Amino acid sequence: MQPHERITDSIRRANAAGRPALVAFMTAGHPTPAGFLPSLSAIAAEADVVEIGVPFSDPMADGMTIQRASQSAIAQGVSLRWILDRLAEHDGDGKAPLLLMSYLNPLLNFGYEALARRAAEVGVCGFIVPDLPLEESAPLGDALAAVGVGLVQMVTPATPLTRARRLCEASRGFVYAVTMTGITGGAGGLPEGVAEYLDALSEVSPLPVCAGFGIRSAEQVRMIGGHAAGAVVGSALVEALEDGQTDVAAFLRGLRGEAA
Amino acid sequence: MTIEFSETEKARLLEATIAGQLPDERGRFGPFGGRYVPETLVPALERLTEGMHRHLADRAFLERFRHELTTWVGRPTPLTEAPNLGRAWGAQVWLKREDLAHTGAHKINNAIGQALLAKLLGARRVIAETGAGQHGVASAAACARVGLPCTVYMGAVDVERQAPNVDRMRRLGAEVHAVQSGDRTLRSAIDEALRDWVSDPAGTYYLLGSAVGPHPYPYLVRELHCVIGRESRAQMLTAAGALPDAVFACVGGGSNAIGLFHPMVGDPGVALIGVEAGGRGGGLGEHSATLSRGRPGVLQGCYTLLLQDDDGQVQGTHSISAGLDYPGVGPEHALLQSIGRVRYTNARDDDALDALNECCALEGILPALETAHAFAGARAWARENSGRRILIGLSGRGDKDMPTLSRFPMEARHATA
Repeated sequence: MQPHERITDSIRRANAAGRPALVAFMTAGHPTPAGFLPSLSAIAAEADVVEIGVPFSDPMADGMTIQRASQSAIAQGVSLRWILDRLAEHDGDGKAPLLLMSYLNPLLNFGYEALARRAAEVGVCGFIVPDLPLEESAPLGDALAAVGVGLVQMVTPATPLTRARRLCEASRGFVYAVTMTGITGGAGGLPEGVAEYLDALSEVSPLPVCAGFGIRSAEQVRMIGGHAAGAVVGSALVEALEDGQTDVAAFLRGLRGEAA
Repeated sequence: MTIEFSETEKARLLEATIAGQLPDERGRFGPFGGRYVPETLVPALERLTEGMHRHLADRAFLERFRHELTTWVGRPTPLTEAPNLGRAWGAQVWLKREDLAHTGAHKINNAIGQALLAKLLGARRVIAETGAGQHGVASAAACARVGLPCTVYMGAVDVERQAPNVDRMRRLGAEVHAVQSGDRTLRSAIDEALRDWVSDPAGTYYLLGSAVGPHPYPYLVRELHCVIGRESRAQMLTAAGALPDAVFACVGGGSNAIGLFHPMVGDPGVALIGVEAGGRGGGLGEHSATLSRGRPGVLQGCYTLLLQDDDGQVQGTHSISAGLDYPGVGPEHALLQSIGRVRYTNARDDDALDALNECCALEGILPALETAHAFAGARAWARENSGRRILIGLSGRGDKDMPTLSRFPMEARHATA
């Protein structure tokens, strides 16, 4: 199985077990660099896919929580190279497949070919790059494809259906359906029409569709599960990790509506 | 450090620039430019690109734009000979007086042009970012003129150092948000404006104030500012009987510079020189000299030169002038440097201050701190090249800088020149 197929497979296995897949996001090295691998292991044991945020100085698609997490991680010396080196020490066998979420500039600085090789080596199965639209994505996408690592495409409610179709076809791993026009971390609830939007997208997508942005509760995860293959939980989990008191495994089980 | 081209490739790119073939359909100036934005903004940028091409080719739009430039902005702005500076420098010096344009800087050309476009494209509200506050003031005024509500994002550091402009924006009806995230200067203001736009890409028009950002902004902003260079060129031929030997403009994002330079790129005898902010020194974080010291990267929608560390984190900048305090630069400037058509130097904070005082004392004109960098660059060049014709883009007036200037005592040495 190619690395990007591991992502798809993990989502489909969750669905086959009768539940929506849970994609859990954490910013690498926040709140502490020392806590990165222990937190990652705890999350990977519960979630179906783990999305690891590479901190960037100008996270223009992110709300306050992830902005704060990024700044804190950078201030503590966390970089893409550091993350890849830590992942080399991580025992990910049999657990949730890993994705890196990064703005383009850190990837560009690393060099796409070197990045693809190193990512595949340390067990990264895919990338999400929020400031890389389809039209600009070939250089990175091709380098990753050469080693079987996927580039996940994002679709939003502002995307016309013809374009959404092209994005779904180009995507690898899954299709990331942004639930709202806005930034991450919203607490205002999911917008009206999200069910119809996810239904339409799931209809045209050959890959599982996972929805993210503003998902914070078990009720929302369940609702999303009725219209998409999975839900991405980001800012809510970052906040739980920040307070240092929360049992992460129990938090994720809670989001799935299971007893903690 | 920048991208290296062969001589053949340089010649081809220069020819394409002169022929108006750049940016290409993908928004590229050679390798620079492009469109690196979240998916949410892609349809909005496509609508903007389509609407822009339609209206910029439409006689009625151009007529309306020209009418506003003439009767509301006060164009053409004068070309002023500066004989006292000329004597002091051993040169002939002319000043293109964008400081006399409505609201006190070149920014108004772009603001009124885009505000007219926003109205025609059916926007419900306009957002803008601002550094020195000049683009914020221009946007607030232009939005009042066309009848659209305006929200301005401004870094909290800049809100403090450009207080008079904040008051002006509010009086002109704009809502001003002091941005507390990131470095709390221009770059954070752009990040925050982009976050606002992502939340309402269909109803909100983003009136970007410099020749930076995703396609089509670097092109659109240049086209709206090219009036500066076209007027200057004609005025020099009339007043001096010849084109200038060298043209100077300050460069932050580079909007006034591209507006001044672009119409003269095809004049081989005219040296074009951009002056960036050298700040306090050459160390990372001490300056904003992106073209001299940056490396290629992607920031805020565009592939260009950036001040960044080895990990690709964008670095803090410093300049005494809020409008130049930016770690990126317009993609067309990155190209013009790479092909050797424009040379970019920098002037330090104290050189800019000194040049500002000199211009006040000798010509009775208070330039903006941003603009003062162009004067400092021109003065340094004149020392090496005596007796030449120099044109300086006097991009804005310095009234807004009084809170900063009052922290520096007056020096007497220019008073008797």
